[in-house]
Amino acid sequence: MTRRSGMQSPGHVPLWLFLPTLIPVFLLSVLPLFQGIWLGFTDYTLGAPEQRFIFFDNFSRMFKDSQFWGSFQVGAIWTFSVTAGVVVSGMGLALLLNAKLPLQGLARVLVLIPWAIPPIIKGVIWRLVYHPQAGFLNNGLVSAGVLSEPIDWLNSFTWSLPAVILVGIWTGLPQATVVLLAGLQTIPDELYEAAALDGASSWALFRFITFPLLLPVIMATTALEFMWQFNSFGLVYTLTEGGPAGTTRLPMLFAYEEAFRFGNLAYASALGTAMVIVVGALVLYTVRGQIAQERS
Amino acid sequence: MTVKQRRLKLQAVRLLMGLALLGYVLFLAFPLVWLLATAFKPTSEIFTTGEFLPRAPTIANFGEAIRDLGVLNSAWNTFFVSITSAIITLAISMPISYMLARRSSALNRAVMVWILVSQTFPLILIIVPLFLILARFGLVNSHLGLIIVYVVWSLPFVLWMLQGYIKSIPVELEEAATVDGATQLQVIRFILLPLVIPGLVATGLYAFITSWNEFFFALVLLKSPELMTIQVNLSRLRGLEGLARWGPLAAGSVLATLPTLILFAYMQRRLVSGMLAGGVKT
Repeated sequence: MTRRSGMQSPGHVPLWLFLPTLIPVFLLSVLPLFQGIWLGFTDYTLGAPEQRFIFFDNFSRMFKDSQFWGSFQVGAIWTFSVTAGVVVSGMGLALLLNAKLPLQGLARVLVLIPWAIPPIIKGVIWRLVYHPQAGFLNNGLVSAGVLSEPIDWLNSFTWSLPAVILVGIWTGLPQATVVLLAGLQTIPDELYEAAALDGASSWALFRFITFPLLLPVIMATTALEFMWQFNSFGLVYTLTEGGPAGTTRLPMLFAYEEAFRFGNLAYASALGTAMVIVVGALVLYTVRGQIAQERS
Repeated sequence: MTVKQRRLKLQAVRLLMGLALLGYVLFLAFPLVWLLATAFKPTSEIFTTGEFLPRAPTIANFGEAIRDLGVLNSAWNTFFVSITSAIITLAISMPISYMLARRSSALNRAVMVWILVSQTFPLILIIVPLFLILARFGLVNSHLGLIIVYVVWSLPFVLWMLQGYIKSIPVELEEAATVDGATQLQVIRFILLPLVIPGLVATGLYAFITSWNEFFFALVLLKSPELMTIQVNLSRLRGLEGLARWGPLAAGSVLATLPTLILFAYMQRRLVSGMLAGGVKT
């Protein structure tokens, strides 16, 4: 029997009803992205009367630009370190939070704290932590005898990048932990009970039950974290503004300076496009690997 | 190994795990506590004692933050921009997310793909064209321009969360009402809306917090000090005034964190479940 006319299934609202909301979304959100990519192929600078299409000139300039290579290298080190740090230590924290230890509820709330703090305030907090005179890190290390004198972590050529990466991990840890913990809770207890009856060690439980079942969540977290970290801006801007001497200048900081300090809007857009390509390629590569693994 | 030995070993393992968890909690929570302590220290103490608790606690820093650093004015700017953009975002997303949750069409899939793809794009590619558009309409250095950018920017994730909430409401409820002769609008008004309100609140708060915390767009778009959001205001103070202003800066930071911290404590559970709706297969 066909449906009677007049009785429609839910959601069968005519499409045109959605146009008033879809059109602004398209105009302000989808279109600008394409315009941004297009700008990367022009010579537009802030305030210039017109723009010329110059094909790949911005990209060939990029390949000769040592600042570009420098910032993408810093970006790569930052992204890999923070992503690895967040996923591995997030995994550890999620396992601990799932282990039915005392005061677990309280711990689950407390570990979320960095998530709720605005990125700029995170920067302020850690500048305070790293401060040569006022920071507790230097105070603690000096009084413990590890350091003979305080280090100005954020202004040191050697230590600025590691110091910033540690803050990145601190920042990303809560969200990754929450997602991994939710994944852990979907694994049925019966699997562990059956394996434990068969005499499996806790390492074997993790290796052969937890890890394989959690792998899709781990991969998704890794891919997302990777994209977010590569595009990160506010935290490092507040901590070091890319300094000293560009040792912490992430790609976004470089693009920001090009665009809004020097007015090279076209070059900055080309940098943005290059960032999309790098991230897209790496994420595709990761996802590919997972798909191949699932097939075999 | 006897039963007793095994139990002892188990207890030792659990003790180690507890210590590891304590380590994590200290690492994640202590920097905020340090900020809080610093906010109540007189300037002379911040650089000299190196102690955790202030010897002579003072609220002078908060007064100075409000009087000299303009924290209240910038906090009000941020509140106004965030609440307005959250409301507009919700109003735009409600119909689209309903469509996304209840229909499956080519358009539907295209929107979903766009939501995911938009996550990979660096902010610079979004802000340059938007900056040019806003400049054409004279909306750079205005709150309206910033609101528009925030709506555009928070839309993908808000759509994602909302459609997850709507999907979790059984479609049979709507079908039953339709069988009883309710029109489509009545179904939405009397069946769907009451059930989806908790989801709307959570999503709206999420949009609010995102805008409250946002820095990059506000940094690019707002030039006049009296228009600045609290994030831009505090980031600006860091370099200019140097060492002596750490007390007021810490106090201002505490004030800037309070709203998000309170909202977060309130909606922690819901936010987490909303983020996971559709994200993790169960």
